[in-house]
Amino acid sequence: MLKKRIIPCLDICDGRTVKGINFIDIRDAGDPVDLAKRYVQEGADELVFLDITATHENRKTLSALVEKIAMEINIPFTVGGGINSLQDVSLIIKAGADKVSINSSAVKRPLLITEIAKEFGSQCVVVAVDTKFISNEWIVYVNGGRIPTLLRTMDWVKQLEESGAGEILLTSMNNDGMKTGFALDITGAVSLAVNIPVIASGGAGTMEHFKEVFEYTKASGALAASIFHFGEIPIPTLKKY
Amino acid sequence: MIAIIKYNAGNIKSVENAIRRLGYDCMVTDDEALIRAADKVIFPGVGEAASAMKYLKAHGLDKLVLSLKQPTLGICLGQQLMCSHSEEGDTACLGIFGADVRKFPSRELVPHMGWNNMEQLKGKLFEGISDLDNVYFVHSYYAGLTDDTVATCRYILPFSAAMQKDNFYATQFHPEKSAGVGERILKNFLMLQ
Repeated sequence: MLKKRIIPCLDICDGRTVKGINFIDIRDAGDPVDLAKRYVQEGADELVFLDITATHENRKTLSALVEKIAMEINIPFTVGGGINSLQDVSLIIKAGADKVSINSSAVKRPLLITEIAKEFGSQCVVVAVDTKFISNEWIVYVNGGRIPTLLRTMDWVKQLEESGAGEILLTSMNNDGMKTGFALDITGAVSLAVNIPVIASGGAGTMEHFKEVFEYTKASGALAASIFHFGEIPIPTLKKY
Repeated sequence: MIAIIKYNAGNIKSVENAIRRLGYDCMVTDDEALIRAADKVIFPGVGEAASAMKYLKAHGLDKLVLSLKQPTLGICLGQQLMCSHSEEGDTACLGIFGADVRKFPSRELVPHMGWNNMEQLKGKLFEGISDLDNVYFVHSYYAGLTDDTVATCRYILPFSAAMQKDNFYATQFHPEKSAGVGERILKNFLMLQ
């Protein structure tokens, strides 16, 4: 049987792991390579690294970090943050990442998804969708959740599937950092609407929240950060749960 | 020395890293003499069957792989290319295994992506591995079951998770991405006589 995936996410800022609440208020959470190795030992199914500084100057720092991670860990991992072009993707994949995650750049130029899928395969393209429930509608946000777009989340995810995205990483900004559970409504709706894996993100606080999202939605995986970093939920216990 | 065949398919870096972590020397090469002289050969691959076969033929690597006598391991697309034919781009493949490669019917999510367990594990490759252990798969095409199947996985339908014939071994899953279980399988391959 195909297993549901538990995916720790490491937000990277200047080579360190950090975590914010509701996309702001950042706390230091340690060395990414050490943390990644710990997660692998604990049985994480996959890892996601998001470079939240994501400027052109630190592209080289990021690819050096990706190389280091690839040497040390033996499970699939995704790298995202500030990826704007096929060249950016190529740099990250050659450094040893299995997948890249794009977000604002996909909204700006959806063709980028198709280009990456053609060059490296769909399995390589994760599109991160940051969404917020506002005025009775789920809307897509970009730039690390700072800027709302005119895109309705349900329309956008269907377009992503058609463009060749391999996976959708769906973060509810209403739930992120709140530890009150994943957004079951939008995760459920998106995972029913598309025929590609959907990873639920934002809001995990207890083991029950993971069970809930897998029971009530068709999500293929669930992602969380701080509850793993600070040891609030040990991964081995969660996987047995 | 372990040779990893260099051709137009990705995923080579992680195979290389995995072998080095196990303490073996390896090189990524398309040099015929070096590949022939290697103790073991790995034929990796993520990509598309038709363009991969075209590249192999253009560089004489198809005949080279077929003539190898040392233990040789195909991974993912590597396994598919070792079969007779692939539905992907209607491609004639190497024909080491008598299986046809087909696209999964889309009754469930395709690609089959993530961790799955296997049944009917046979042979040295799976020493110390049980049918409760999970390995990592990412693929939209599968090789059917044949006499050469040495591990069966079920997703939508039963398919060959691993195959073996003579000195040729192949896995549809990625041992290099399958944590401790994958490491053990790679080690089993590298320790073959």
